[in-house]
Amino acid sequence: MPETKKFLYVNRKAPYGTIYALEALEVVLIGAAFEQDVSLAFLDDGVYQLTKGQDTKAVGMKNFSPTYKALGDYDVNKIYVEQESLDARGLSLDDLLPLTWEDEDDDWAEKDSIKVISATEMAQIMEQSDIVLSF
Amino acid sequence: MKFSVMISEGPYTHQASDTAYNFTKAALEDGHECFRVFFYHDGVNNGTRLASPPQDDRNIVNRWSELAKEYKLDLVLCVAAAQRRGIADADEAKRNGKDADNIAPGFRISGLGQLIEAGIRSDRLITFGD
Repeated sequence: MPETKKFLYVNRKAPYGTIYALEALEVVLIGAAFEQDVSLAFLDDGVYQLTKGQDTKAVGMKNFSPTYKALGDYDVNKIYVEQESLDARGLSLDDLLPLTWEDEDDDWAEKDSIKVISATEMAQIMEQSDIVLSF
Repeated sequence: MKFSVMISEGPYTHQASDTAYNFTKAALEDGHECFRVFFYHDGVNNGTRLASPPQDDRNIVNRWSELAKEYKLDLVLCVAAAQRRGIADADEAKRNGKDADNIAPGFRISGLGQLIEAGIRSDRLITFGD
């Protein structure tokens, strides 16, 4: 097997209304077993996927947002959220799920997984990735 | 160059499968190697042999089957996506207690790991979606 590649999963769509967000998360969870360098990006309506307090009872769909909290346990801890997308929707970091991971190289200190970055920085992360899967 | 393809949309509603087919065919004719074509989301609907499009239109499913035969392509339908959408081979039909299968020739059903592996093992992974 060749060396580790940088995988970037780009999430652009709202969590409900289409199945892309849910099936993207399924790819991320399966992909975590392959010990690659994994990052997630959330932009456009994709930022809604990480919002707190999702309640799907009225639409009869499964609320899968608690699964994002498990990403840290899968060593998926580079989660980039685009500032401009948050701003355009009147959202801030406080509206998002508190996603964390435990750093085994730092006495299992709990650290934040989410980094809010600019569109310019997002472009750089895409540029540096080997595999970009957009959902 | 060794490439793989991911197709995220079903046939006819979206152009994704047509474009992916044209790309794959052209790349193969140009001497490139295709490691895998992976169908995800509604893309798994490209793999039903029960599709019967009008005679005067292209047959998207048959086209993939024929290309697979000619170039020994690995056409993989994601199992989780296929189960949701009612695409089954004989094993899947039996496992899920269904009375029929509908997978088209040249396709097989397997897991999402096949997509990740395609990314790792190919020089490029090209996605065709909406």
